[in-house]
Amino acid sequence: MSKIARQQSTHLPPDTRRTNFNEVVCGYTETEALTESGRCLQCKDPLCTSGCPVRINIKGFINFVSKKDYKGAYKTITEANLFPSICGRVCPQDRQCEAACILGKKHEPVSIGLLERFVGDMAQQNGWQETRPIVPINRTAAIIGSGPAGLACAYDLAKAGVSVVVFEALHLPGGVLTYGIPEFRLPKERVFKEIENLTRLGVTIETNRVIGRIHTIEDLMGRLSFDVVFIGTGAGYPKNLGIKGDALNGVMSANEFLTRVNLMRGFDFPRYGTPVGMGKNVAVIGCGNTAIDSARTALRLGPENVYIVYRRTLEESPARKEEIRHAIEEGVQFICLTESKEIISDNEGWAKGMNCVQKDETGSSEFLLNVDTVIYALGTMANPIIARTTPELTIDKAGYIETNKENMITSIQGVFAGGDITRSGGAFTTVIHAMSTGRRAAKGMLEYLEAVIAANGRPPKFRG
Amino acid sequence: MFEITAVESFSPSTFLWEINAPEIARAARPGQFVIVHCDETSERIPLTIADFDAVKGTITIVIQAAGKGTLEMMAYKAGDRISAVAGPLGEPSEIENFGTVVLVGGGLGAAPVYPILRALKLKGCHTISIIGFRTKSLVFWEGRFRRYSDESIIVTDDGSYGEKGLVTQPLKDIIMERQINRVIAIGPLVMMRSCAEVTRPFGVRTIVSVNPIMVDGTGMCGSCRVSLGDEVKFACIDGPDMDGHLVNFDELIIRQKRFVKYEKQSLALYEKKCPK
Ligand SMILES: Cc1cc2nc3c(=O)[nH]c(=O)nc-3n(C[C@H](O)[C@H](O)[C@H](O)COP(=O)(O)OP(=O)(O)OC[C@H]3O[C@@H](n4cnc5c(N)ncnc54)[C@H](O)[C@@H]3O)c2cc1C
Ligand SMILES: Cc1cc2nc3c(=O)[nH]c(=O)nc-3n(C[C@H](O)[C@H](O)[C@H](O)COP(=O)(O)OP(=O)(O)OC[C@H]3O[C@@H](n4cnc5c(N)ncnc54)[C@H](O)[C@@H]3O)c2cc1C
Ligand code: SF4
Ligand code: SF4
Ligand code: FES
Repeated sequence: MSKIARQQSTHLPPDTRRTNFNEVVCGYTETEALTESGRCLQCKDPLCTSGCPVRINIKGFINFVSKKDYKGAYKTITEANLFPSICGRVCPQDRQCEAACILGKKHEPVSIGLLERFVGDMAQQNGWQETRPIVPINRTAAIIGSGPAGLACAYDLAKAGVSVVVFEALHLPGGVLTYGIPEFRLPKERVFKEIENLTRLGVTIETNRVIGRIHTIEDLMGRLSFDVVFIGTGAGYPKNLGIKGDALNGVMSANEFLTRVNLMRGFDFPRYGTPVGMGKNVAVIGCGNTAIDSARTALRLGPENVYIVYRRTLEESPARKEEIRHAIEEGVQFICLTESKEIISDNEGWAKGMNCVQKDETGSSEFLLNVDTVIYALGTMANPIIARTTPELTIDKAGYIETNKENMITSIQGVFAGGDITRSGGAFTTVIHAMSTGRRAAKGMLEYLEAVIAANGRPPKFRG
Repeated sequence: MFEITAVESFSPSTFLWEINAPEIARAARPGQFVIVHCDETSERIPLTIADFDAVKGTITIVIQAAGKGTLEMMAYKAGDRISAVAGPLGEPSEIENFGTVVLVGGGLGAAPVYPILRALKLKGCHTISIIGFRTKSLVFWEGRFRRYSDESIIVTDDGSYGEKGLVTQPLKDIIMERQINRVIAIGPLVMMRSCAEVTRPFGVRTIVSVNPIMVDGTGMCGSCRVSLGDEVKFACIDGPDMDGHLVNFDELIIRQKRFVKYEKQSLALYEKKCPK
């Protein structure tokens, strides 16, 4: 058994972090990466891979790292995961690959995420990329949405020689990676570098295109002659708070808050025109990744207090454990087992407090939390634009798109879907799951193109 | 990049842009809007599509300089380029032969009424337009309105042109006199609220176009939420057209003030940089 301790990467000290948006986890140095890779037992029957949703050959890539063959490690990872720089940072390793690592039974698991990130960053620095020549196959695909699902799907299609156009509603690509997850956890430069790789493969990204409005799916397959379509629009519609006072000024969704800060760069107001509008005492309702990101982002904008108000216990939080730890270190105050009941208004329609009820075994107590800003992160739902403008598409009761889970085809010939917009009730929604369904769809699309075209010469016309 | 193909000034603070945007012009329907993003540092500004020409490939927007973002837009000239125009966004207005329809435009709100008026007229509605301005010098597009209106009324607050008074007066007169099937009112929130109050006792369906503060315009942030009866709707995907008798205007008016503090700061900075 390994006697070397799990290598911790350097972290920025909490006091420094509170004043800027620099990345908190600095990542491994080469020495640390080598030491950590040495901890891996190279199991005959590695459990780690079964914990990874895309089944990366973890043992294999770590072996390459330990031999300093980083390019080999990169190749091994990218057979299964195209964006190691991103996943190494944001995957909930503590419940995926690292939760399965055998070393975790008695000691601490191998730090698979940090190793993956090390390899991914190394590849970005050195400009390593897919080098196999692409053989064009004279087929076209439209991808709707440039989040992880759409990007992963585009990548695989492009490598197979399909000519790919990605349509993105916002002015920047990346989906949640760009507008949601903050800079201090996932620097945008990393995301844009990965996207650059994609455009270098010949993928075109058209921003500011809201599909359903500027083109319908029928237009894409008809007037614009795309052979296949992939829907990766995510599930970004914020759930409403639904308590008294939720329309008051100073109350906003986590998506609005994070978009103002990340996408619109409101932290740099007035140089950037979009204000964030945050007060001195901030309550974030909820305790998932989005809530923790909001609380830590708020903290960096210099208020007096930032609270997380959560109706369960911290142990039950679905957020990455590391982020919860970071939030505590930085000074976010957690108020658990507490329901938010009502937001109180001042005379002019601004929030000035929130009534809460805390419950434990001994009973319940009510109290007023002194806050002027309430950010709610209660999860998101399916965005209705595509469904409303595509009546032929079968969706479930909650608005999510129904697909065949084998190949991700929807109820429409030639139209596939993946990522958060295809999750069904309560399924896990993570970056790597979105990517894996995007890739599965790409495979389905290629098979479809081959089969249908072999039979008909060309794909059939749009038909629900 | 999108090219501004024409600029027209209506008054010291209102102006028109025609933008070359063939894809948007082809897809646009009356009642929809675009989001303009002039450059990397600017806000995303929602503006109603006041006209569109699929053949020429252009859309027209009419803008009132309200704060820093729109003041900055005033400096652009024909031939200049802006970084992004996203759209069309929002649900198109319902266009059918409703019978007799009254279209009310208050100030700059007259611009977004125009494509709806035209479409309703072409569908066979009997159209009555009422447009109101503060004073004569602010009147624009009178000819366009006359062309598609079976009856047209202009009012000014100070009586310097047309009838003197507010748009609600002729609206009330008409509604008391005869059977009206639908009213469409676009303009400042208080004006739309007044119109809805005029029609409420008569039970005439009244559509208003709400303009809450937006960020993405795609249904992702909830900044634009509006209370409509017991429901919460997002103006950018469920609207901007909404049932005027159900919109909670009081809440909307308060929500418009969410960023006043910052808007003032922006404006002061702008005025320091560009003194009048
Ligand atoms: C704040 C936050 C933090 C998170 N943290 C983590 C984490 O640490 N680890 C993790 O694994 N997961 C995390 N998640 C979840 C993860 O980000 C999502 O599961 C993942 O991004 C889903 O990917 P997607 O491609 O399906 O959709 P998205 O990332 O939502 O991307 C969808 C894209 O489609 C675009 N779009 C939508 N509609 C249209 C349209 N009609 N036309 C054109 N484009 C359209 C959107 O603008 C968007 O860019 C987090 C989520 C949030 C919100
Ligand atoms: C669907 C829709 C259609 C619109 N159509 C038109 C139009 O055709 N012509 C026109 O002149 N204006 C229109 N507006 C209003 C226009 O978007 C705002 O006047 C503009 O954003 C103000 O920006 P600013 O930086 O100049 O002023 P700011 O100083 O930022 O604000 C001035 C006032 O404008 C409002 N406002 C600020 N930001 C926004 C925002 N992002 N979205 C909406 N309102 C905001 C606030 O009430 C604020 O008090 C429309 C708004 C919406 C939502
Ligand atoms: S992709 Fe995610 S789950 Fe899979 S090995 Fe990498 S960090 Fe672990
Ligand atoms: S389970 Fe852990 S120790 Fe075994 S191969 Fe995987 S990472 Fe290495
Ligand atoms: S503007 Fe963000 S949801 Fe409407």
